[in-house]
Amino acid sequence: MSYRLGIDVGGTNTDAVIIDERLNLIARVKTPTTKDVTTGIYTALSRVLSEAGINKDEIAYAMLGTTHCTNAIVERKRLCRVGILRIGKPATGAIAPMAAWPPDLVKAIGEEYYLVSGGHEFDGREIAAFDPEEVSSAARAFKSKVDAVAIISVFSPISADHEKRAAGIIENELGNIPISLSHEIGSIGLLERENATILNAALAEVARTTALGFKTALEQEGVKNARVYLCQNDGTLMSIDYAIRYPILTIACGPTNSIRGASFLSGQQNAIVLDVGGTTSDIGIIVNGFPRESSVAVEIGGVRTNFRMPDLISIGLGGGTIIQEVNGDIRIGPESVGYRLTEEALVFGGNVLTATDIAVRLGLAEIGDPSLVSHIEEKFARRCLHKMMQLVNEAIDKMKLSAEPLPLILVGGGSILVTDEIEGVSKIIRPAHYDVANALGAAIAQVSGQVERIFALSEISREEALKQARAMACEEAVKAGAEPSTVQVVEVEDVPLAYLPGNATRIRVKAAGDLRQV
Amino acid sequence: MTRIDAQTIEDIAIGAALLGTGGGGDPYVGKLMALQAVKEYGPVTLISPDEVPDEAVVVPTAMMGAPTVLIEKVPNGEEVFRAFNGLKNYLGKDIFATLPIEAGGVNSMIPIAVAARLGIPLVDCDGMGRAFPELQMVTFHLYGVSATPMVIADEKGNTIILETINNFWTESLARNATVVMGGSVMLSIYPMTGKVLKKAGIKNIVSYSAKIGKVIREARQRGENPAEALLKATGGFELFKGKVVDVLRRTEGGFARGEAKIEGIEEYKGEVLQVKFQNENLVAIRGERVVATVPDLICIVNLETAIPITTEGLRYGNRVLVLGIPCDEKWRTPEGLETVGPRYFGYDLDYVPVEVLAQGGEKQ
Repeated sequence: MSYRLGIDVGGTNTDAVIIDERLNLIARVKTPTTKDVTTGIYTALSRVLSEAGINKDEIAYAMLGTTHCTNAIVERKRLCRVGILRIGKPATGAIAPMAAWPPDLVKAIGEEYYLVSGGHEFDGREIAAFDPEEVSSAARAFKSKVDAVAIISVFSPISADHEKRAAGIIENELGNIPISLSHEIGSIGLLERENATILNAALAEVARTTALGFKTALEQEGVKNARVYLCQNDGTLMSIDYAIRYPILTIACGPTNSIRGASFLSGQQNAIVLDVGGTTSDIGIIVNGFPRESSVAVEIGGVRTNFRMPDLISIGLGGGTIIQEVNGDIRIGPESVGYRLTEEALVFGGNVLTATDIAVRLGLAEIGDPSLVSHIEEKFARRCLHKMMQLVNEAIDKMKLSAEPLPLILVGGGSILVTDEIEGVSKIIRPAHYDVANALGAAIAQVSGQVERIFALSEISREEALKQARAMACEEAVKAGAEPSTVQVVEVEDVPLAYLPGNATRIRVKAAGDLRQV
Repeated sequence: MTRIDAQTIEDIAIGAALLGTGGGGDPYVGKLMALQAVKEYGPVTLISPDEVPDEAVVVPTAMMGAPTVLIEKVPNGEEVFRAFNGLKNYLGKDIFATLPIEAGGVNSMIPIAVAARLGIPLVDCDGMGRAFPELQMVTFHLYGVSATPMVIADEKGNTIILETINNFWTESLARNATVVMGGSVMLSIYPMTGKVLKKAGIKNIVSYSAKIGKVIREARQRGENPAEALLKATGGFELFKGKVVDVLRRTEGGFARGEAKIEGIEEYKGEVLQVKFQNENLVAIRGERVVATVPDLICIVNLETAIPITTEGLRYGNRVLVLGIPCDEKWRTPEGLETVGPRYFGYDLDYVPVEVLAQGGEKQ
């Protein structure tokens, strides 16, 4: 028998599961998330191993979904100083890198920036010839001033040639320094892609210590044969080496793991997922087994980026949400008692009325001491619940693609709050193990490959362009470690480009497959 | 005379996105360029067209090409000055001021950067009062102003001076040059005197944009829904409220054509609004009834924040408010409608002003 171990760090709890090769759940634990994150991960790891009682040599895969990188950006801590090399001269000089960033983040990253000749046009021609000497001299200037390098070339999603050549030169000059290439991180939109690439480079050290720390912790616990992965925010995995190179792709992997876990637990490939936690509820959409991606610019730590992120709506409703009556009106949150629920909620002897208290009063849940909420008028409790459900209903409707009803899957520790009073869904599914859906999502994650290119449809047909893009995406997935027979195209998007003759269109395809068995 | 500072630029960017009526390009890159220029060279002076001497020469400056290229191949900042100075040298005259050719989208921002850098005034006036996709779709054209001589400049240092027999040739030659030069170029175009500008331009449009942005920003700061204030500030009409349920797109002749289907909510529940677009929104049809057509402005904004949504940004699930805003009277003349009316865009519809349609008026 071979096993998989999955760990997911949430805002309130760190969850861990072990599943077998047929994906049956063997063991599960929930432990509080710690401020340093790492201690909580080690505790969850140690506890889930002792609960499972299996032969640790039979754990073939270990997956971690963590918030280390998000926290580093938000807290501006442990970030690398980044050397920024933009390839695009004579274009792009009008806007310097990090132009609209928060000043404290710029300070943490430094302002070592060089603009050199090169980059491409939309149709693949060179804007200017690539100049190796300019790159060498920038690299020498970076020496001992930066810990990582970000390389961004104009239209690199169409031709990555100049980024790759620059990376070779920088490696020659600076030796083994982490290098981030923009075409591997973001899509068309130079400034947003550059922002994401700089952040990625800044996370190199955090990613290294997190990934290697997880590996060491596994070895210390006696898990020696496992292949170790970190979770990405698209529901697929990356190896330790890959994670160290592309740490930014771990951001928002938590909600993604919940969505994927919900899909797995319910057997639904297309559904709405409502994940109710302690402070907020996340609503996402699962399309063909993967979270729908956001199509608008996403801000991280005050910086506008365009790399892929799951499309989510968060509302201020969770188990710890504070409920107040103001001038006869019921106000739901957005404040929450959060992890202090077990001290401050009425059912635990506290004196704050929370969403959990309402659920207990109405018999939806058995938590704490129900007699402590029996004084609440039932009519009032029903009004509160109705208002809570209104919030949920509005948010669900916003996320839907069409009026056609989809199934709704309820997961997360707080999902007991949600009644069947939901509109526009075909059915409501409350799967077993709903409260560790996120860790399961980590354990069952797949591997993927993606391509994004602009095709001139005056030269090849749309069908042929799509066919080429599909084949390239599948190839990328196999390269990433997928079992070829399981690889499927999971997402296709084509956007015609305005104002360009030749019928130019941008095609993006993603393929994913199960991990190859070892 | 007023000053355009960083805050005003932010406000104009929002107003310009609304007046872009779905097209015109995301003003974001232009906004950063204008902000950088104002930071380096100080605020810009905005003057009324009436303050421009009759014999003085003014020249609009603009970007031409694909917004998708502009956001990737960011300009180096010199292109537009080379275009501007190139025209100045060709004309052999001093240029008194610059102005936007269109108030909608990214082109609202380029002249602000030019004015800041050169220390010349920006005129509170444009040639569209909104955004349109072609060079001859300006009120200047209606008054017989030639687009040429004009100068096109790219980031590599190439400049082209065009002298053409009419504005349709200009559009065609410039469009092709743009593609060869990499899909995004800067222009100085429609040189004219103050006297002509006063007659042919659409006045007070920059301050109108700034007002729209300010109204949206202030309502949001107060935590109110900005829709009401927006309708008041624009003199527009609420056409529909609903949720986008389908967006069809196709590319034809280098333009993104398509249509969005919006299902009604609240008082519009059970009804459907169709919005047809070619870069910009052109026609809105509620059920079977046309409720607005080009050249009136059909604007789609987020229902809660009133932030404008471009046709490229339209997607399933957006909850939107659709507004109809009356266009400038100059567009409502026979010549105006011939240039930018529904028939020019291929719709077999007579133009009826949005305010007439809003009162239940039918096609004549």
